[in-house]
Amino acid sequence: MSGVRVLVGTRKGAFVLTSDGKRREWAIDGPHFAGWEIYHVKGSPADPNRLYASQSNGWFGQQIQRSDDGGKTWAPVGNQFVYDGVPGTHQWYDGTPHPWEFARVWHLEPSLTDPDIVYAGVEDAALFRSADGGGTWHELAGLRGHGSGPAWQPGAGGMCLHTILLDPSDPKRIFVAISAAGAFRTDDAGATWRPINAGLISPQLPDPHAEVGHCVHRIAMHPSRPSVLFMQKHWDVMRSDDAGDSWHEISGNLPSDFGFPIDVHAHEPETLYVIPIKSDSEHFVPDSKLRVYRSRTGGNEWEPLTSGLPQRDCYVNVLRDAMAVDALDSCGVYFGTTGGQVYASPDAGDSWSPIVRDLPAVLSVEVQTLP
Amino acid sequence: MIRVVIPAHLQTLAQASREVQLDVAGAPSLRSVLDALEVSYPVLRGTIRDHVTHRRRPFVRFFACERDLSHEAPDAPLPDAVANGAEPLLIVGAMAGG
Repeated sequence: MSGVRVLVGTRKGAFVLTSDGKRREWAIDGPHFAGWEIYHVKGSPADPNRLYASQSNGWFGQQIQRSDDGGKTWAPVGNQFVYDGVPGTHQWYDGTPHPWEFARVWHLEPSLTDPDIVYAGVEDAALFRSADGGGTWHELAGLRGHGSGPAWQPGAGGMCLHTILLDPSDPKRIFVAISAAGAFRTDDAGATWRPINAGLISPQLPDPHAEVGHCVHRIAMHPSRPSVLFMQKHWDVMRSDDAGDSWHEISGNLPSDFGFPIDVHAHEPETLYVIPIKSDSEHFVPDSKLRVYRSRTGGNEWEPLTSGLPQRDCYVNVLRDAMAVDALDSCGVYFGTTGGQVYASPDAGDSWSPIVRDLPAVLSVEVQTLP
Repeated sequence: MIRVVIPAHLQTLAQASREVQLDVAGAPSLRSVLDALEVSYPVLRGTIRDHVTHRRRPFVRFFACERDLSHEAPDAPLPDAVANGAEPLLIVGAMAGG
């Protein structure tokens, strides 16, 4: 029987949660790298036993860990992330120029076809690539070099490149998102990039329609329609039907259009999931109820999914990389909270139950569908 | 033989014991001891000092013989008691955070 492997990054280690196709009984393995912040763990689509993990802390910096046996054992690989050339400056919180400084890897995106190729989105925002299984890393410097870099500025969590989407229909097309610079696209495998933020409106900016500066929290796509993108922005849920060339709002009847993650059903490209958060100053769910919202219409019309989720006295957040879907016939949906719960729905969100309740604060959730 | 005590997280990372012993040619300094440590345990590159500049990471300190050597010049000789193996060089993660 097929199964799933859920990869969880937390403030104090990584956990691997496994189940069969029913997704009712779970085995919990971890913590791996106990005491370290694990911003992200992700498996290779080309080899499900190949996993990459971003391990860091404020004392001893960044490590990249690799597993070749599905997370049973791990080995550190390359941890040297050096910006190409003279790094230059971006804006600091107070608007003054600040030198680019590497802090950590937020997101690891393995190639769709080669387990040894993996991309890393880092803070301060840049995109790195490894072609030797994480041993060595080289910046795709055209992203920072396209001209707007000196105007980028950090969000509250740092100036991070947190989203990397590889287009399955075009190996030269990559989408990335940066807080708080916006979304960018390359059509030449990373040599050159352009901002794709037309239609985003951010009243917090001097020019709400600015080409860059938007705090994009997450972008999602369905692999069958890679030119259709869905975005959870700082405020506003957005959609693009032209690979990011233009965006329009699809927040519709959401109780709040602030939030972090957004994802797409594995088999229904017009079915979306978001988790509204009350506001940017109150990073917890509205009305003390943990509700996933699902749209089956590509946005605008949203329904709350509450079965099995706490509907009183709940004050957790769900971070941008902490939601994922599996590809089983009945699509599974997963998310982790800052309270340490990881919830699973084996029926596309209709019902939920916690896989585990008391992990450290969850930073990321990914899922692998196993044969 | 130079004795070096490394912090718990780096012991785990390097799969090393709390105290490691290193051969260092000539009069040992912070630079030569860290160079030798990173040769013996390459995974520690970048964890104690920057890969490129070799500047000490902000939350890492170097103690020996009840002295804080963190701000010593990288090539300054270490105390005789460290050089002759009577005392270890302590690499310490600062008490900060949670």
